[in-house]
Amino acid sequence: MAPLDPSGKKMGMWLFLYTEIILFGGLFVLYAVYFARYTPDFIDGAALLDRGFGIVNTVILLVSSFFVAAGITAVRKGHTRIVLAGLWGALACGAIFLVNKYVEWGHKFENGIYPGSETLVDSPGGLNLFFGLYYVITGLHGLHILIGMSLLAVCLVLVYRRKITAQQDALLENSGLYWHLVDLIWIFIFPLFYLVV
Amino acid sequence: MEAVKSFYDTPVPARFTGMLSWLITLDHKRIGLMYLFAILFWFLLAVLLGGAIRLELMFPGENIMHADLYNSAFTLHGVIMIFLFIIPALPAVFGNFFLPIHIGADDVYFPKLNLLSWYLYMTGGVIAIVSLFSDGFPDTGWTFYVPFSISTNTNVSTAVFAAFILGFSSMLTGLNFITTIHKMRVKTMGWLQMPLFTWSLYATSWVQLLATPVIAITLVLVMVERFFNVGLFDPARGGDPILYQHLFWIYSHPAVYIMILPGMGVISEIIPVFARKSIFGYKAIVASSMAIAIAGSLVWAHHMYTSGMSDTAVFVFSLLTFVVAIPSAIKVFSWVATLYKGAIQMTPPLFLSLCFIYLFSVGGLTGLVLGAAGANIHVHDTHFVVAHFHFTMFGGTGFAFFAALHYWWPKMFGRMYDFKKAYAAAILVTAGFMLHYVPMFVLGLQGMPRRYYDYLPQYAAGNFFAGFGAMFMILGIGLMMVNLFLSFRRAQISDPDPWGGVTLEWTVPSPPPVHNFVTDPDVLDYPYDFSGVVAGAVNKSRRT
Amino acid sequence: MEKTAHIFEYKTLALTLAGLLVMTGVTVGAACIDLGWVNVWIALTIASIKASLVLVVFMHMKFEGRALRWSFLSTVCFLAVMIGFTFWDVAFR
Repeated sequence: MAPLDPSGKKMGMWLFLYTEIILFGGLFVLYAVYFARYTPDFIDGAALLDRGFGIVNTVILLVSSFFVAAGITAVRKGHTRIVLAGLWGALACGAIFLVNKYVEWGHKFENGIYPGSETLVDSPGGLNLFFGLYYVITGLHGLHILIGMSLLAVCLVLVYRRKITAQQDALLENSGLYWHLVDLIWIFIFPLFYLVV
Repeated sequence: MEAVKSFYDTPVPARFTGMLSWLITLDHKRIGLMYLFAILFWFLLAVLLGGAIRLELMFPGENIMHADLYNSAFTLHGVIMIFLFIIPALPAVFGNFFLPIHIGADDVYFPKLNLLSWYLYMTGGVIAIVSLFSDGFPDTGWTFYVPFSISTNTNVSTAVFAAFILGFSSMLTGLNFITTIHKMRVKTMGWLQMPLFTWSLYATSWVQLLATPVIAITLVLVMVERFFNVGLFDPARGGDPILYQHLFWIYSHPAVYIMILPGMGVISEIIPVFARKSIFGYKAIVASSMAIAIAGSLVWAHHMYTSGMSDTAVFVFSLLTFVVAIPSAIKVFSWVATLYKGAIQMTPPLFLSLCFIYLFSVGGLTGLVLGAAGANIHVHDTHFVVAHFHFTMFGGTGFAFFAALHYWWPKMFGRMYDFKKAYAAAILVTAGFMLHYVPMFVLGLQGMPRRYYDYLPQYAAGNFFAGFGAMFMILGIGLMMVNLFLSFRRAQISDPDPWGGVTLEWTVPSPPPVHNFVTDPDVLDYPYDFSGVVAGAVNKSRRT
Repeated sequence: MEKTAHIFEYKTLALTLAGLLVMTGVTVGAACIDLGWVNVWIALTIASIKASLVLVVFMHMKFEGRALRWSFLSTVCFLAVMIGFTFWDVAFR
């Protein structure tokens, strides 16, 4: 029998990424419909979000994606130190992103803006939906950041143990793909929530 | 041939024996059989539940259960049949067992993921049971429509979570199959030399992969609403409950093609073998499988004509629904044309396949009645709908499952069952089926709503006949199962090809060895070339 | 194996990052000008270009074969259908 074609692992990962795209897609259906129906409320909602946080987090994620991509180039070239630097960098970025998110959410909670809060229940329907979607979508996205960081952390350990090498990098490559996808989704979340005018 | 040890005697990984050799196996054949027994358990349980519902409705008023229990019973019947039986039945059992063999491979591409899918399936099943015994099983129907599913006090969250886990299992199976078909086909097998069952699984897997995440997020939203009260579907706070229905059906309509496509694949395997004739329109069947997968994803809102969505949407989705009928009809015509002038050898699998064609055609044609917006308004949410989808789902997928069981039983277990009892069971099931569901069409046209606990006196006759037929059907299913399992008392068969099939599973011993193929198998230029089988039969008859 | 051996140089990756950051600036800038409904489409177009860059360079789509390219496009099409066909209902209600 012929040996297993190694490119199948990457294909499996891509297929999984498609399911992630559609998973978020279901939420974007809701966003699209409610945005079309309550555009003025969504503009008001976006004005209540702190654009600075959004910009900083976007930059952080883009940089982290660069770190991971550079790490994959490095593993192929055998530059182990650059691989490690890239993975540490990406993990640090992920952590900063989550801290920012925590501060941002905490600030909103203090102002009484959270699912089911009195402020939101009494506000116009569109505003409630904007923040409802904001919490569900960024919450789900944050969960994906956590999963992605765990994958990268596993890769990091395996690189230290020399289990991930130029000849055997499928796990790193797949974790990288996952991380990029999380970035990809944020690229759309950012303008849809922070930049509505 | 005698010397080859079957996969039953060779555990993978090798160091485990007994139960463990099954519970942590990576062998696709063992995983397929584990699915088979789990699925049969759920199937028989849901059949009994269905029987109880029918028994309750057989006479007006309260007969064997009170109204709340009735609501839970039909919900449980639906949830089990959909998520635990029909969706996984053909892909998980026969797909797992035969897909790798059909393409000349040793296993699926991700064997560990395959085992994980089985465990997710079992976990989902267990959680469904748990929800029964905590706060009472949900009374929402399997559709979990908001706002009721968010406000009812029954245990919706647990049931929804069970469905979420089962969705994961189904999705990962799809992912596994697509990768397997792309990356593990034996080198000499081109895309158009794959068996039609494999093609149908390929189409199914794409639907599983792309549609299932939609139900996942929808069910997550139901849970989020129940726990955090966000109000995304609450009209009082700007939400739109109809959007829930959109999201639900974006998955659940394609899901009916997850259910029926592998069934069509099974029939496409069986018909040419027993007609001893190449399948008519191989490429057309392949194309129609893919067309069903694509077009089936564009029609979801035809479940929602009376929901209050826009008339434009009713018009567009009605039009698209008629388009889906075309590829299904292409398949039916191809099967019938294959039988035409074939050298037909009647066997239980063929008999069940013929029943499938008839019942599925009735189901398909009544689907057009429902797809037409005008007629739909009249029969929406009546027994007509229930009869229609039982004709397609049970008369279609269910019968394909029975046919596949009878067709592949000798290959999976190396035993042949008794034909007479198999025919008797098949006739009993089919006759009971007609007596069960045809009156329901009439009841629906007369206006009897679905999911109602009680009814007006004018519906009494129809309900009595339906209940009567259901009892026959259940008897038939019982006989069929008993007959199949009695085959274990019979002698092992030695012929690897008892039916005269030409796909690759018939070239390996029954039951197959743990490594399906010793060397790369020879692939026919055309997958349904029976000239060798026919010539062999002629030679055999000359000799005797 | 040969196909997977394709890699981008660090310089290409850095230039891509620079491009992504510039486009982030552009999209924030564009959001400061009120153009009515056009704003959303500008933001989405820029986001799509950014996503394509990530996809082609960071995710190595450039080196992939037909199967992945087409299946990715199909996924995006399915997403578009999900959103688009829902508007047959909500846009005409």
